[in-house]
Amino acid sequence: MIDAFLGGFHILMNWQVLMALLVGSIGGVIIGAIPGVGAAVAIAILLPATFGFEPIVGLTMLLGIYGSSMYGGAIPAILLNTPGTPVNALTTYDGYPMTKRGEAQRALSLAYSASFFGGVFAIVCLIILAPVLAMVAPHFGSREIFLAALLGIILVILAHRGQIMAAGMMAFFGIFLNTIGLEPAKYTQRFTFGQTWLTGGVDLIVLVLGLFAISQALFLMLEKDQTPHAERVQSNMLGGFAELLGLKRVAFVASSFGVMMGSIPGVGEFTAQFLSYTYAQKTSKHPEAFGKGSPEGLVASEAANNAVPPAAMIPLLALGIPGEALTAMMLSVFYVHNVIPGPQLFQGKMDFVIALYIAMLLLNLIVIVFLLFSTNLLLRITQIPTRYLGFVILTLSFVGVYSLRNSPVDCAISAGFGVFGLILKRLNLPIVPIILGVVLGGIMEVKLRSAMARVSSPIDFVNRPISAILMLIILFVIVQHIRALRFEHKQRQLKKQNGEDPSGQSVVAPEGF
Amino acid sequence: MDKLNVRLKTFQELFRRDRRPGDLVFACMFLLFCVFLLANLDDQVKWVKNTALVAEPAFWPTVSLIGMSVFAVLHLIGSLSSPRIYGRLKEFTFWVRSLEYVAYFLVYVNVVPTIGYLLSTLLFVLFLTFRLGYRRFQVFGISALFAVAVVLIFRAGLEVKIPAGQIYEYLPDWIRSFAMINL
Repeated sequence: MIDAFLGGFHILMNWQVLMALLVGSIGGVIIGAIPGVGAAVAIAILLPATFGFEPIVGLTMLLGIYGSSMYGGAIPAILLNTPGTPVNALTTYDGYPMTKRGEAQRALSLAYSASFFGGVFAIVCLIILAPVLAMVAPHFGSREIFLAALLGIILVILAHRGQIMAAGMMAFFGIFLNTIGLEPAKYTQRFTFGQTWLTGGVDLIVLVLGLFAISQALFLMLEKDQTPHAERVQSNMLGGFAELLGLKRVAFVASSFGVMMGSIPGVGEFTAQFLSYTYAQKTSKHPEAFGKGSPEGLVASEAANNAVPPAAMIPLLALGIPGEALTAMMLSVFYVHNVIPGPQLFQGKMDFVIALYIAMLLLNLIVIVFLLFSTNLLLRITQIPTRYLGFVILTLSFVGVYSLRNSPVDCAISAGFGVFGLILKRLNLPIVPIILGVVLGGIMEVKLRSAMARVSSPIDFVNRPISAILMLIILFVIVQHIRALRFEHKQRQLKKQNGEDPSGQSVVAPEGF
Repeated sequence: MDKLNVRLKTFQELFRRDRRPGDLVFACMFLLFCVFLLANLDDQVKWVKNTALVAEPAFWPTVSLIGMSVFAVLHLIGSLSSPRIYGRLKEFTFWVRSLEYVAYFLVYVNVVPTIGYLLSTLLFVLFLTFRLGYRRFQVFGISALFAVAVVLIFRAGLEVKIPAGQIYEYLPDWIRSFAMINL
């Protein structure tokens, strides 16, 4: 393990890696601070540009953006009531009311320190877990990886409460998209309709750029222009660290939820935030203050969402299974460089894994130092008119798609998915299941085929401890969801009988579908 | 009859969800797309003899299409059971309006190999600045700077693969090779 650490440091001590880390971290904060851009758009655009770099250089840059965008996203969430990235939405609940009562500096400082705590806590957990992962990962064969991918698909569908049908539809659409083109085992054409441009299938990057970047560009250009304005923030930002000491229990539990939810494919930030916020409210001495400017609520939200990115690297690195759209994009960087994440990576390239962990630790340090001195500068960036931002994204999207293969057809496909993504955004339907469907669908196809070659009866599929546990988890998740639906339905019926409003607080999907 | 009514009502409540304007149009169109793909399933995939079911080339397309169709039907039921918010035509028009910008984007894509990345990006950015309603000279200046910066960062700096413009062939000798490599 010490050798791996030394090897990891050696990999990082390269000016290109350090520069990529610096650019990624600071760029991520800036991108996160601009409402309407977000890490997904930035990573999608930069992805093809990183293919020319060494794997560690490309990955540290993308990791920098991924891990730091949520820090930046807290600024407009707190000061403008507009989340910079979708996962900062919960931060607005308590951050903005604090700003309204003149505590903007306190809220920002607390958000930064909670984010820093969440990020560092998750990385420390990762480092502690690394030997365990290295021990467990080799026991994941084809059938276990197939079941883990299947669990990821099921969880990503069920995690979209109120939109389960749409999420299911999109996840299967993603699986379908993955099947288009020349099939690699028997070399037959699938859904190419005799068109040569479909033989190679739908490239993940073309799809990602269309669904995330071009759709967002179209969305912003077609909407009315908005130029938010916020007051400058005075005084220093260090006070939050001292205040966080008094809220260490909330920060610790929220970060733990972040680590747990981040490491489960398909779950991610929203569930982690929901659980930590609910916990913080239930155990608070002032639960009535939540949603009205509670520092505990702010800490719960920010610590949980920043703990997720490092934890999301667990299934990606150990099993090659991305938990959400951003790690799915990073997977393509691994593939391009012929570095296959999975059990072999932990066995053969532990120093590479440790280098990524240390890079994540460094990015948190870079970001916190940058933020302590640059909040007012970032505030000016948030004020770029949204329509202008739209054409900036569209111009940059061209680089992402066209530089892949210099193909106008790719650009046309990407633009088509851009319109499709725009429609989904307008209808508030989920996009992430499509990406996970494409990536996990590919993994499931390959792994199921190789797993079935080694089993003689279906029961053999679950005759190993890990595969049996995964199957039990899948069954538990489905049964638990059905039970929750039945319970909620009964609650509604009871409320109806008592003459209360059955829809309760939420008018959206009261039954969970 | 009462029992049936109660069941129907429960069924409706189970599928009730947030429904935005245009939701029904999308649900119907997606279901039609699924039906179209299912109708073409036999032609577009092959079942190979003496091959295990999960190794069949047709297995995953079939599974995905069945899954898509089942969820699409349930999504449509959800749409029909949920309270409608008016504004379908307005929303549909919004979707169609996006095609205007897609057209500009595709024109940009197609002129890059001819007039080069720098010139096409400059024209694209300045045109969009005008089209989006910005009229101040300062904004055009910022847009031009942005275009030049993008070209220099991506083509000259990061060396991404974008072909040199055909018109660069006609440039004077002293700048031709520089333009071919960097602009």
